[in-house]
Amino acid sequence: MTKFIFKRLLEAIPTLLVLITVSFFLMRFAPGNPFSSERSLPPKVKANIEAKYGLDKPVIEQYFNYLKHLVQGDLGPSFKYKDYSVNELVAQALPVSAKIGATAFVLAVFFGVSLGTLAALKQNTWLDYFLMSGAMVGVVIPSFVLAPVLVLIFSIGLKWLPAGGWNGGAVQFMVLPVIGMMMHYISSIARIMRGSMIEVMGSNFIRTARAKGLSMSYIVIHHALRPAILPVVSYLGPAFVGIITGSVVIETIFGLPGIGQLFVNGALNRDYSMVLGLTILVGALTITFNAIVDILYAVIDPKIRY
Amino acid sequence: MFVTKEKRQAIESAAENLEIEGRSLWQDARRRFFRNKAAMVSLIILTCITLLVIIGPHLSEYAFDDTDWSAMHVAPSIETGHYFGTDSLGRDLFVRTLMGGQISLMVGLLGAVVAMLIGTLYGATSGFLGGRVDQLMMRLLEILYSFPFMFFVILLVTFFGRNILLIFLAIGAVSWLDMARIVRGQTLSLKRKEFIEAAHVCGVSKWKIITRHIVPNVLGIVVVYATLLVPSMILFESFLSFLGLGVQEPMTSWGALLNEGSQSMEIALWQLLFPAGFMVTTLFCFNFVGDGLRDALDPKDR
Repeated sequence: MTKFIFKRLLEAIPTLLVLITVSFFLMRFAPGNPFSSERSLPPKVKANIEAKYGLDKPVIEQYFNYLKHLVQGDLGPSFKYKDYSVNELVAQALPVSAKIGATAFVLAVFFGVSLGTLAALKQNTWLDYFLMSGAMVGVVIPSFVLAPVLVLIFSIGLKWLPAGGWNGGAVQFMVLPVIGMMMHYISSIARIMRGSMIEVMGSNFIRTARAKGLSMSYIVIHHALRPAILPVVSYLGPAFVGIITGSVVIETIFGLPGIGQLFVNGALNRDYSMVLGLTILVGALTITFNAIVDILYAVIDPKIRY
Repeated sequence: MFVTKEKRQAIESAAENLEIEGRSLWQDARRRFFRNKAAMVSLIILTCITLLVIIGPHLSEYAFDDTDWSAMHVAPSIETGHYFGTDSLGRDLFVRTLMGGQISLMVGLLGAVVAMLIGTLYGATSGFLGGRVDQLMMRLLEILYSFPFMFFVILLVTFFGRNILLIFLAIGAVSWLDMARIVRGQTLSLKRKEFIEAAHVCGVSKWKIITRHIVPNVLGIVVVYATLLVPSMILFESFLSFLGLGVQEPMTSWGALLNEGSQSMEIALWQLLFPAGFMVTTLFCFNFVGDGLRDALDPKDR
């Protein structure tokens, strides 16, 4: 097992390296440079600025410099916010995104699995139809439609919750962003869970368990849940990526000072180093998470040999 | 046992009538699809939306980029000709929604086609050649899989500027991964079939076998998947446009309209509701059609 985990984590390194390399060289070979939007500078000033950010050196040297700093966890200076490094800006923004994202992720898995199981156990009753048509709506409606509608109903109409802002992460400021972010994933997970649960409940070992006279809840929790949850586990990777990506939209709509907001502003202001740094950060997170999901899958599924 | 001549003839003619015409897989699928009410209704609605989006802008007296400072945030009404009202610059929302629909649908369809072409060929090649090549190609796919693609596309947009062609390419290039996996799986089971061996024996080249024998046989599943891909392409483009990183003003798309609408929904709700309604309906319909096609083409799952 340890060997498998080690091997899986090692496999993540070339992936990350490809991401860094491709992103870096795209940035260097893009037309114009980060400072081309500003007033045309006197050549000397320009040369000075380029020297400060190391842009005067050959591209290969820049690349290895960037890698060297990256290994030390340094994402370099921001090209736009002159007095800040990308690290400082990320350090302020990451907790916000992490808090919302983690809450949405955990709640989505919990509700998705329970509602999916419920629908499967009550297959073809009104409850099943109700939950599944709800899930269909939830899958189709994108977060950038859902979130404004939520604001319209709960902030502007009913005045129950604030329409935006962060306020140090107070609960009432988190409710709408989290709902806006997780609805799609609750729905997807519920649909996957229902399908696999129905399949598992029809298998022989469940019939045996019922013949032994075990209670329904015992069967579901102790026998059915583990095999039925496997498709959900393999969906966790894409869901994680989706929630990180979704944070971009949600943070823009609700004006939250997180990674997504930072990323969009970086893109709109053409802050190259910020966008590059965040892409690599998110890439690293995603790749690590995918590795964790693979390991988790191997732990849960007894059929996998490593 | 006396069988008169007439009786025998009657039985024979009855048997002739009874002889059922053989139906191909596609005929079967078409029948099943036509019987699926949700899918049929969705298909009709989609056709209507497509026609409206293409013809509609010509029916209005306004152009999509005509600003009218005397008619900002005008509510929808039949008399003024602003059927869906106007936006914050006095531009007619009916025409803009339909123009946005053109862009969104076009991105959706083209993205799906690009993804289909790359994915099918990549998957079929990888699965058919097998061995080292297959391992290498799948390894590359795995690497691409763990890319946070939305971020990568925004990165591209940042470096190269906003450009609808770039968005097409980026979206198409991102979305073929699943398609390649599915096609590869199908190809693996196909390539041991007798007719492929027969083609081998006849001296058909590998490339010809892939394009003439493998690809047509995986087409069913590819079509289903492509239909389900269109809504996600539309979403992808809307996502970028919503962030202001997609199409550029004065051109618009449903995502861009939703962004404007969500900013002014307190005073002009229609600016959010019309584009949202169009987009959500389209997404729903594509999903139903895709599900219907899957049920129709997958005989196991009846």
